[in-house]
Amino acid sequence: MTDVVLEARHLHKKFRKGELYTSLRDLLPALARKAVTGGLQKSEFWALKDVNFQVERGEAFGVIGHNGAGKSTLLKHLCGILTPTSGDLIVKGRLSALIEVGAGFHPDLTGRDNIYLNGTILGMTRAEIKSKFDAIVAFSELEDFLDTPVKRYSSGMYARLGFAVAAHVEPDVLVVDEVLSVGDFVFQRKSVEKMRQVMKSGTTVVFVSHNLRAVADLCKRGMLLDHGTVTAIGPATEVIQAYMERNSENVADDPHKEVYCPGVRLRDETGVETVQFDAGKRMIVEVDVVARKTNAKLAVVLECRDEEMYEVFNTSTQRLGAPTVDLEAGQKFTAKFGLTCHLAPGTYHIGIYIYRYDIQKNFDTRFPARTFYVRSETDVRGVAHLEPEVLSQDKS
Amino acid sequence: MMSMLRTLIRHRDLLYMLSRRDITVKYKQSIMGFLWAILMPMLITGAGVVVKMAMAQMAGRVVAISDVLPVAVKSAPYAFFVASIRFSTDSLSKNHNLVTKIAFPRAVFPLSAVISQLFDFAIAAAVIFVILLFSPITPTINLLWVPVLLAIMIAQIGGLAMLLSCANLFFRDVKYLVEVVLMFAVFFTPVFYSVAMFGDRGKLLLLNPIAPVLEGLEAVIVRGVAPDPLWTLYAAGWGLLLMLVTPNIFNRLEPKFAEIA
Repeated sequence: MTDVVLEARHLHKKFRKGELYTSLRDLLPALARKAVTGGLQKSEFWALKDVNFQVERGEAFGVIGHNGAGKSTLLKHLCGILTPTSGDLIVKGRLSALIEVGAGFHPDLTGRDNIYLNGTILGMTRAEIKSKFDAIVAFSELEDFLDTPVKRYSSGMYARLGFAVAAHVEPDVLVVDEVLSVGDFVFQRKSVEKMRQVMKSGTTVVFVSHNLRAVADLCKRGMLLDHGTVTAIGPATEVIQAYMERNSENVADDPHKEVYCPGVRLRDETGVETVQFDAGKRMIVEVDVVARKTNAKLAVVLECRDEEMYEVFNTSTQRLGAPTVDLEAGQKFTAKFGLTCHLAPGTYHIGIYIYRYDIQKNFDTRFPARTFYVRSETDVRGVAHLEPEVLSQDKS
Repeated sequence: MMSMLRTLIRHRDLLYMLSRRDITVKYKQSIMGFLWAILMPMLITGAGVVVKMAMAQMAGRVVAISDVLPVAVKSAPYAFFVASIRFSTDSLSKNHNLVTKIAFPRAVFPLSAVISQLFDFAIAAAVIFVILLFSPITPTINLLWVPVLLAIMIAQIGGLAMLLSCANLFFRDVKYLVEVVLMFAVFFTPVFYSVAMFGDRGKLLLLNPIAPVLEGLEAVIVRGVAPDPLWTLYAAGWGLLLMLVTPNIFNRLEPKFAEIA
């Protein structure tokens, strides 16, 4: 017996491209023109196309996808801000959205006033806010600034207060959109913990994010949206994998390249192809190189970048002491790298360059050639995983 | 209309907080504080005195206190009307970050705008009441009409507020149109003058829905007589019509708000 609290059936949403007439000054001439010329139908497109999914009570459901995939549109439908063009959306119970923290704060009002204002906007009654007031203030850690207008707050304080109010709404279904990244590190941590606590208390959570690690951490199930359609739905890890594979699909090769890299594969230590690795385990990177024309002294450069595109690591076959490769036209070779994933949990990109060092010529660039994801039992942040442990903390 | 009333009752705390926000912000920012509320009625009365002086000059007599009192009495409700319309027209577009991000009945925006102006009006009305205590006017039983007339006016304003706020969301220049109309409306509304001054043809001026209300207030407060029943009924008809029709229009358009805001 399943207990579905949120269900979308054949959800469609049509949007119009192009300009809308938002003033009478524009509308009246346009109407006149339309009357004369007959008027063209504006181009329309589907922001959401036949979206179907179910979320059960107490479940954490992740929604991922590229920019413009329809994530925010879907969220706005869930919240009741937009109405679907066709199809049904069924929500059982009170739904609250953490879409933008601090929406509706008034800069001239004090923190105290804004807690009440924001709370009522989010659907709480004044009596409810009153009873939770102390908890909200304690969570935001802004006791000393309650009677200061929020325009004097730092952006971090502002976000903290907003999150604190939103986190105390206690809905049946909570919709979260990229808000866990507010405030400083300590507060972020607190926010994630609060989210977990909310989930434990039986609240259903729909979580929309680019942050794959957060989705993998918090959600059991999820779906992948692409141009308004659901392209994968199921266990969160599988959906994330589908997302990454889509990300690293190879594009058609340029026929002018003398030497090129047609494929890059990632394998775990048992040789199974994957994009998910556990921190501290071995990973194998296989790079295929094909020559259209005869070329000598080829080396393969491997680099790894984190989500923010900062270079984490960079090496090459030649720098590792391997001999360079000479290829005749039509010949192919495969370079295999073995690496240990001393990386903190997160998303990383592999870049590949086919390079000749003596004449400093780059034949082919593949970035991102592959995107992979690292998970860890240890709570480590940053990029490196130094396999830390607490040895002692004796009082002296 | 009943369904809107029910949703508003359910969200009364929100309505209260939004009205309070508007009031607090206004009084917090200005050094003048509560003088704000009476500034506009005072200006209107001042302008009225100038107009009356010109009229008296032409008639070859001096200005009497009885010339100025009607203007003072009508200034506060007229100021309330103008400010409410101006403030509510912009209320949805000004709060577009809330309209596009969070779901709740949008009607709270124009209505809280009117409520916060009602607060100003209450202060101005209290000041005028004190002034009237020192004037030669003798109160009569007809003062009981005052709440009725004000209710008619509030119904008209509430309806217009919803209509205009939503029109301004679809067409952003409605705001400027409203500004222009409000600027010259004072000439077509019996504030500085009484309709009676125009003789029979003055009745045309009473077609303006708020004119019978203002004339009625002058009648019951200054002259101590009952308001014209037919014209009062006419104004009440407008109030009822606006109250019945605009919530429906508003509700029907509400799902589109987030897309265009």
